[in-house]
Amino acid sequence: MNILALDTCTEMCSVAMLKNGELFEQSVPTQRGHSEKILGMLDEILAQANCRLSDMDCIAFGRGPGSFTGVRVGVSVAQGIAFAANLPVVPVSTLAAVAQRAIDEHGAENIAVAMDARMQEVYSALYQSVEGLAELSGEERVCLPEHIQLNTEQPFFAAGTGWKEYETSMTTMFSRQVNAMDNELLPTAAAIAKLALKQAEKGNTLSAEQAVPVYLRDNVAKKKGEQ
Amino acid sequence: MRVLGIESSCDETGVAVYDTEKGLLAHRLFSQIAMHAEYGGVVPELASRDHIRKTLPLIEEVLADTALTTKDIDAIAYTAGPGLAGALLVGAAIGRSLAWALDIPALAINHMEGHLLSPLLEEPAPEFPFVSLLVSGGHTLLVDVKGVGQYELLGESIDDAVGEAFDKTAKLLGMDYPGGPYLAAKAEQGIADRFVFPRPMTNRPGLDFSFSGLKTFAMNTWLDTEQTDQDKADIALAFQTAVVETLAIKCKRALKRTGHKRLVVAGGVSANKALRNKLDAMKGVEVFYPRQAFCSDNGAMIAFAGAMRHQAMKHQDVPSFTVRPRWPLNELSPP
Repeated sequence: MNILALDTCTEMCSVAMLKNGELFEQSVPTQRGHSEKILGMLDEILAQANCRLSDMDCIAFGRGPGSFTGVRVGVSVAQGIAFAANLPVVPVSTLAAVAQRAIDEHGAENIAVAMDARMQEVYSALYQSVEGLAELSGEERVCLPEHIQLNTEQPFFAAGTGWKEYETSMTTMFSRQVNAMDNELLPTAAAIAKLALKQAEKGNTLSAEQAVPVYLRDNVAKKKGEQ
Repeated sequence: MRVLGIESSCDETGVAVYDTEKGLLAHRLFSQIAMHAEYGGVVPELASRDHIRKTLPLIEEVLADTALTTKDIDAIAYTAGPGLAGALLVGAAIGRSLAWALDIPALAINHMEGHLLSPLLEEPAPEFPFVSLLVSGGHTLLVDVKGVGQYELLGESIDDAVGEAFDKTAKLLGMDYPGGPYLAAKAEQGIADRFVFPRPMTNRPGLDFSFSGLKTFAMNTWLDTEQTDQDKADIALAFQTAVVETLAIKCKRALKRTGHKRLVVAGGVSANKALRNKLDAMKGVEVFYPRQAFCSDNGAMIAFAGAMRHQAMKHQDVPSFTVRPRWPLNELSPP
């Protein structure tokens, strides 16, 4: 199974390839300008792995949540490539990707991911490591840091930039449960590829036009009656 | 050579295929107007969210219409500006990535150039040089066009675009968004010369426009009436007549200044019947318009502009894409 993965949802621009179990990856911190980098980075990763697009079995991508524009750049690029190359896609949550990194890099078991969502809010979700892969418990949410509900009494590993942005309020709230923390973890395409592999093996893939963003924040404008 | 064009600069997703031998092969459009109407105007974030759902399905439809596959496409043209940044990015990302994966050229097209060249899709097509009047919800421009990419800006609106003035005036008369076409329809029931509106910036030399004062004039006139349906129609007519005559006066000046004998009118407001009647009545000038369907935003004009540019293009193949929410026409150069 060969998977080409990309993510532009956050301030990391990231590509990766899983080539029959061998991982190639490249990530560059990027505040703006993912659009100028992402295709060139894909060129490089293909060259590094000595592969062509036609050797791929699917395209995996970070489907959000994240910066709205960033999410759309990544999803649009995945759509374009998958459609042109007639490949299926596997959408992967950026929160799950952060949890996966906590598992891979810190050996975490229970992971509470919180990612800065701007507007004083955070994206959050709880994950468990099941056979080394991040599995969602409950649901993904966007809310004020003080409204986070993790629905767990267990100690957990705190992962993601939300734990940095709102460190005081959140670590105080969960002081009894946070047993370790990495508040700099951002989603990477490598983590996305890893999570996508399991889905692709199970046949959980979509066609290109079914690749859509997950924003979590959906009340972005007021209708006339509400204005 | 076949060019797939993608337009997503504002509230319409447009896709088309243009063949340099056979002309326009197919075009599809999805308008978001109904969605934005609920909000009283275009919501940029919602526009972007819709483009990403509609672009690929429209591409599939256009390919099915033409019985082509992506392998039959020789280049991809996408709107890179001007327009809403987030909306532009969706079309640019999909278009550029398609081209990247298909290993074919990608062309970043200026939306206004698309409009400007759109009458060339019709028969008979205007020959260069000509004066172009671009009138839409976002723009009011007079351009001296000597060839593809050879554009000299003659005049523009210093405040509201003409389509914007139509929409705003319609709104203050209580019409739904987007009110421009409703206002034009209402004007047909109006009694001529009951109200007379000024012709802004026509009593001094120059080719610039100003329409925001007309909106205020309409408001004050409206408040002085009993606000009956007939009052509404009469004000609509007076407003439209003032706009149309102002545009016609400036077009005449532009033709005189350049010495050109051809006038090309494009953009959403070029669908306005009163404007067409007025311009068609000008003597010694040939006037060209796109078909009604291509007056507003569409993919056909982007595919066409892409084809015009590609034919003479030096191959630039940087694997990246950027958009320019502001991108003046006079910064373009010939292909």
